[in-house]
Amino acid sequence: MDQTVLFALLSLGTLGTGSAVILYFVAQRFKVIEDPRIDVVNELLPAANCGGCGYAGCRNFAEAIVKNESLEGLNCPVGGNEVMQRIAAALGLEAEMADPLIAVVRCSGSHEHAPQKVKYEGASSCAFAHNLYAGESGCPFGCLGLGDCVVSCDFDAIYIDGSTGLPVVDIRCVACGACVKACPRGIIELRPKGKKDRRIYVSCVNEEKGGPARKNCAVACIGCGKCVKVCAFDAIRLENNLAWIDPKKCTLCRKCVAECPTDAIHELNFPPRKPRGEEAAAPETQTQLS
Amino acid sequence: MKQLTISGSPHVHGQDTIRGLMYGVVLAMVPAMLVSVYFFGLDAVRVMLISVGACLLFEFLIQKYLLKGPVSITDGSAVITGILLSFNVPSNLPWGILLIGALVAIGIGKMSFGGLGRNIFNPALVGRVFLLISFPVQMTTWPIPRPIVAEGITDAITGPTPLGILKEGLRKGESLQDLSSQLPDYLTTLMGNHGGCLGEVSAIALLIGAAYMLVRRIITWHIPAAYLGSVVLFSGIFWLIDPTYYADPLFHLLTGGMILGIFFMATDYTTSPMSPSAQLVYGAGAGIITMIIRIWGAYPEGVSFAILIMNAVVPLLDRGLKPRRFGEAIKAQ
Amino acid sequence: MGGVHPPEQKLTAGKAIEVLPVPSVLSIPLGQALGAPSRAVVAKGDAVKAGQLIARGEAFISANIHSPVSGKVLKVDEVIDTSGYRKPAISIQTEGDEWMDGIDRSPELVRECLLNQEAIVARIKEMGIVGLGGATFPSHVKLMVPGGKKVDTLIINGVECEPYLTSDHRLMLERTEEVLIGTTILMKGLGVSKALIGIEGNKPDALEALGRLAGAYPGISVHALKVKYPQGGEKQLIRALTGREVPSGRLPLEVGCVVNNVGTAFAVYEAVQKNKPLVERVVTVTGKSLTRPGNFLVRIGTPVSALIEAAGGVPESTGKVINGGPMMGKALTSLDVPVVKGTSGILLMDDTSSARVEVEPCIRCSRCVSVCPMGLEPYLLALLSANEAWDRVETGRAMDCIECGSCQYTCPSGRPLLDHLRLGKARVGQIIRNRRN
Repeated sequence: MDQTVLFALLSLGTLGTGSAVILYFVAQRFKVIEDPRIDVVNELLPAANCGGCGYAGCRNFAEAIVKNESLEGLNCPVGGNEVMQRIAAALGLEAEMADPLIAVVRCSGSHEHAPQKVKYEGASSCAFAHNLYAGESGCPFGCLGLGDCVVSCDFDAIYIDGSTGLPVVDIRCVACGACVKACPRGIIELRPKGKKDRRIYVSCVNEEKGGPARKNCAVACIGCGKCVKVCAFDAIRLENNLAWIDPKKCTLCRKCVAECPTDAIHELNFPPRKPRGEEAAAPETQTQLS
Repeated sequence: MKQLTISGSPHVHGQDTIRGLMYGVVLAMVPAMLVSVYFFGLDAVRVMLISVGACLLFEFLIQKYLLKGPVSITDGSAVITGILLSFNVPSNLPWGILLIGALVAIGIGKMSFGGLGRNIFNPALVGRVFLLISFPVQMTTWPIPRPIVAEGITDAITGPTPLGILKEGLRKGESLQDLSSQLPDYLTTLMGNHGGCLGEVSAIALLIGAAYMLVRRIITWHIPAAYLGSVVLFSGIFWLIDPTYYADPLFHLLTGGMILGIFFMATDYTTSPMSPSAQLVYGAGAGIITMIIRIWGAYPEGVSFAILIMNAVVPLLDRGLKPRRFGEAIKAQ
Repeated sequence: MGGVHPPEQKLTAGKAIEVLPVPSVLSIPLGQALGAPSRAVVAKGDAVKAGQLIARGEAFISANIHSPVSGKVLKVDEVIDTSGYRKPAISIQTEGDEWMDGIDRSPELVRECLLNQEAIVARIKEMGIVGLGGATFPSHVKLMVPGGKKVDTLIINGVECEPYLTSDHRLMLERTEEVLIGTTILMKGLGVSKALIGIEGNKPDALEALGRLAGAYPGISVHALKVKYPQGGEKQLIRALTGREVPSGRLPLEVGCVVNNVGTAFAVYEAVQKNKPLVERVVTVTGKSLTRPGNFLVRIGTPVSALIEAAGGVPESTGKVINGGPMMGKALTSLDVPVVKGTSGILLMDDTSSARVEVEPCIRCSRCVSVCPMGLEPYLLALLSANEAWDRVETGRAMDCIECGSCQYTCPSGRPLLDHLRLGKARVGQIIRNRRN
């Protein structure tokens, strides 16, 4: 071995060792001591980082859980009760059971029900179109169909149905709430999934009086209050010409669905009704996937 | 009346389109193309056709089969890359090497970044520099221009470029006065009757194209002016210090790829900065780097490297140098 | 700095102002001025005379609204207005043409203004005058200079840089003297001794007419300006005339200027000298396919469809109806919307000329940067806005954007720059408001 090789070996070796020593001390000096339980909880979480729990990401959620020393009011919508129970077991805490939720699109202003009156051209953004005008059908509350909700979804759980122009939520929905925030018109609501995925809701957010609402859309809620009267459980509220069904009180009896003169109340995943003579004109069951 | 259309203002659009601008640049390069055919004959046509064809083909293949997306080879940008690449190589370059150059230019220089508008470096220059480093011999063997109207057909004779003569001579310790007999005069360099790459030889043809682009507002004056100014200033200072060792500014402007670089490659939209002040810095930086390479570097020519280096600085310039905001600088009264 | 040169298309520059017949039903939106909507002071069934107050502007920034016709109030309800949304409005059924007492409708000139400064401001407020250039800012508020601010120059905007529109141009030609008297009254109301009238060089007849008569009015000078869009932008105009630049986020008051439109000057003349409220205005109805484009004196509340009818009816090829000019106007969703105080023109465009071009990738050509009259980077702001990086949209000074549309007009890639920018502005504005609260 000649001297050059030796010199190179020595100099590089010294440099390397020196750097390693410095790095070691620096690492020691700036070491962050963290509760090891955060890692444990973090491991149990689904790592979707969707923000549905109200925290920026899964790790922040884990930190919050460990810091709180309780699971009260904390829920991971993606993992659901199962994950929360596992976390509870790992930390020796009590898990709070939450009803699983799902996003519900409260507009049925499809091309058929709410015919297009004008044509929109420009950036494909509901937020922008909402600032610009009422919408292609003229309904100032209805879905604009430009898909801000679709863009916001991290789970590919919402898409725009080409035939109706409306968003459809599918089973992948974890109720993270991103689309609720993204919709400039507040059309999407998180509602309990319901027993056997059965749900009843008012599929409209139009607060106009009956006349103008019906003018733009055949299936708008006209605020007639018939559903409120027929509901035996006081589950329906009428505000600003718009009915809203409280899922906590609703027993899924379906009386309001039959009563609604504009078919604005939707039922999902119920078995078809038996035709009953004249009243057979029951609203068609939605083909929407749960 | 049909359905009314709703959209945000403005409701009218100017005449500028990507195609219009790109083919405007192509049109501006036509004089230089004609001159190259005049001096280098059918070889020039061969090189240009292969280069443009290969660039279009590679872009088509990549967009269609690799990215499986829409094909946009008709927008004119690949044509410009092809022409610029051919302008930057000697007319006797073997076609295989040219294909490699086109592949590198389009494949690595442009498409790997995401295609039109996303590339950081000027694709033609990426291809050119790749070839220059990989095939130094072929890339620096320049045929002597021989107007096609001249009598007789002989085998192409090769010879050095003016900048090559300068670099070689100075290295041997000769002074500029000693070299002056070998160097072409200004009129020759202006017209293009000297050794060099295909498209760079004739300053006058390139200047005609540049004037067209400036008049049609395809390019603005900022980058060329800063580039030109810094070259003149930099070389002028050294020339004044020692005219026996440093060539004069005019020589530097008229030789090598200077005019081509200043007006056609430094002004490439995608790889140049956005605000006027950043454009001035960018042009000046490219000019200074060019002169540093020409005077002290190993290569006789530095335009390609200078522009590529400044391309890399563009994001930084865009971040740091903003346009003058209205109501910001001058105080009222 | 910046600017573009869209084709001028002033088809109606040579058409004298015609008086449009009063329609049988008018609907007068309550939110016609910038600021808070006015409150209706009439109810269904009330009989009203032309010029009678029907809605009062109660907030600091809001304006009175008067009945443009005599007749009966049909309803106080909602109609779709130019915003494309349903907004509160008063509908009136026309009956006869009876005006309030004290309103002088004769064409006779009244030169002498005997009112003092306070009385002028009060009269302008009472008569519901708002900026007629499009922003509809209540004029009396502009005249009330807050303490600590010093105003030395009144600027009258006769630029009309929007293509197609000619209502201000015709007003300057046909009501030259009135505009100048109105300017003098505004000067008095503001307490300044200097007024500059800025007109683009493409209107030599208006320049000549005003320039010839202006000599008789001390302190008023008429200036020809370079033809460039948006030369009539408030801040651009101030700089072109005085060399002063309004600082970012501030009002022209900051540099001692107040800007009013020539239409406003005329309305002020009528309000102060003739006691006439703002119930009608000049509207250009134009479009290449119209058979009879023209400039019309229209009662506020007239449906747009009536205007287009007067101009020869809606051509079959119409694809877009715009309230205003092609650069900044707003596309209408319906032809039933009423003319409001801020309506300077109705423009009909064919499908082919108004259609957006195909969107292609940004090639960083920097045209949007070089044409932006505010020195912004539209390409960057649009990108940041599309990516919802609101903090950077704000630091990129999106709020300075005057929405002139030059960037989108010039973009060779046809990108919807202003769409995104507007969204960014709306969001950032919201964020700033939330921060303040």
